[in-house]
Amino acid sequence: MKLLDKMLKNKTLHGIIIVIIIWYLLHISVESNVIPSPYNTFKRFFHLFPKVLSIHLLASLVRIMTAVGISIIIGVPFGLWIGMSKKADSIISPVVYILYPLPKIAFLPIFMILLGIGNTAKITLIVTIIIFQILIGVRDGIKEIPKELYYSVISMGVSKAGMYRHLIMPAILPRLFSALRLSLGISISTLFFAENFATTYGIGYYIMNAWVMVDYLDMFSGILALSLLGLLLLRLMDLLEKKFCPWVFLK
Amino acid sequence: MIRVRNLNYSYGSDLVLSNINLSIEENTTCTIIGPSGCGKTTLLYLLAGLIDYTDGEIYIKNEKVRGSRRETGVILQDYGLLPWKTVWNNIALGLKVRGMEREQLNKEVSEILRELDIQELKNKYPSQLSGGQKQRVTIARTLVIKPDLLLLDEFTSALDAMTKENIQNLILNIYKKRPVTIVFVTHSIEEAVFLGQKIVIMDKAKIKKIIDNPYFGDVEIRSRIDYYNICLEVRRWLEEGKNHETP
Repeated sequence: MKLLDKMLKNKTLHGIIIVIIIWYLLHISVESNVIPSPYNTFKRFFHLFPKVLSIHLLASLVRIMTAVGISIIIGVPFGLWIGMSKKADSIISPVVYILYPLPKIAFLPIFMILLGIGNTAKITLIVTIIIFQILIGVRDGIKEIPKELYYSVISMGVSKAGMYRHLIMPAILPRLFSALRLSLGISISTLFFAENFATTYGIGYYIMNAWVMVDYLDMFSGILALSLLGLLLLRLMDLLEKKFCPWVFLK
Repeated sequence: MIRVRNLNYSYGSDLVLSNINLSIEENTTCTIIGPSGCGKTTLLYLLAGLIDYTDGEIYIKNEKVRGSRRETGVILQDYGLLPWKTVWNNIALGLKVRGMEREQLNKEVSEILRELDIQELKNKYPSQLSGGQKQRVTIARTLVIKPDLLLLDEFTSALDAMTKENIQNLILNIYKKRPVTIVFVTHSIEEAVFLGQKIVIMDKAKIKKIIDNPYFGDVEIRSRIDYYNICLEVRRWLEEGKNHETP
């Protein structure tokens, strides 16, 4: 019972065990090699990981991190600007609302024609999707700051630059982390699509290639690697948020 | 210390303050009392330089108020503590932005923590504090910058009766120890009489009456009949001021 309690408390382990149970049940009920057993998949995964999967994962990770980095560098200042200035908000926000719901993924061919078939087009595609999450998150974070906190900080004699450091940046940080979590999920699924074109590296390419080759064990190993990458990135976000926003986690 | 001359202020088309004239002497206390929407908080914000005015004059120590003054300490209704800073960092902020050396800063913050008896709270965040504790931290944060003018906006309105009295006693003791000019905005008659040497009664954007309070400064005043007589006088002015003559 103690072991069960411990497992239930560890949320990651708890999630992994439930997913594996469902996967196993599907495997025995479908009785087809389309859904290989978790055991065989893990065996193949550990075999493939060091020399094959790790390279594909690394290629994908570099694309995701570059896209997220660029989105933060552009999205945060823009979000700050439209959050702080009513005029900027009234000019930029309507444009953002029109561009935000567009299926940017449909523009991949255009990006590939304009930017070449390499990484630039793929990274640009992800940036055009996730930048809106970050921009809107930052803007809304600023709008949620109570007026009293501005008064409080001004009355303490804090300068305009100090206002960003002591009030605005800490206020938007939890929102930024939420936006980044959403962005990572979206990046991974977008990348999966983008890596089907004009590349032989990336976990998306690896999975689709295994599918075409009708090697379901390889395909599931790829899916497993992708989900582990997602898990790792989300846990990393949690850790960073705990480090930089400790006040959010107080009981 | 404070001179307000012919001050008018409007939010859009609503006149919030109409022809306000008020003088407050240095190192005295003044409470401003009145019903909700009478303009008392706006007057305090104007004194604090948090909002700008165009019609009238406000002088503090013979200088016209334009924006917030470094020597003015402000305590707002909902405390205004930054949720992402610990008690220590909230208190240290005012000193930090004034460029104080780390060693001196640590000394000043430790001293004020001890004076207000909140040392054990120094590593806590505002969300971990009770209302009374938050108020003590806010007072510490304001006093640490050694202001010559303290402005307090309904600073006990969210506290229970006993904590309220404790905080009021604390403010009175602090005032006795190191006198500064203090302006309180309140809607509590008892608080206005306990803490104000001068009690300004406001109604509908105007000052209706100013009462001098000879009993100010006595911590035991709450158990004396004179205290209640002044409370009654204030109450009468608040409720039926029209029957009295304005000075």
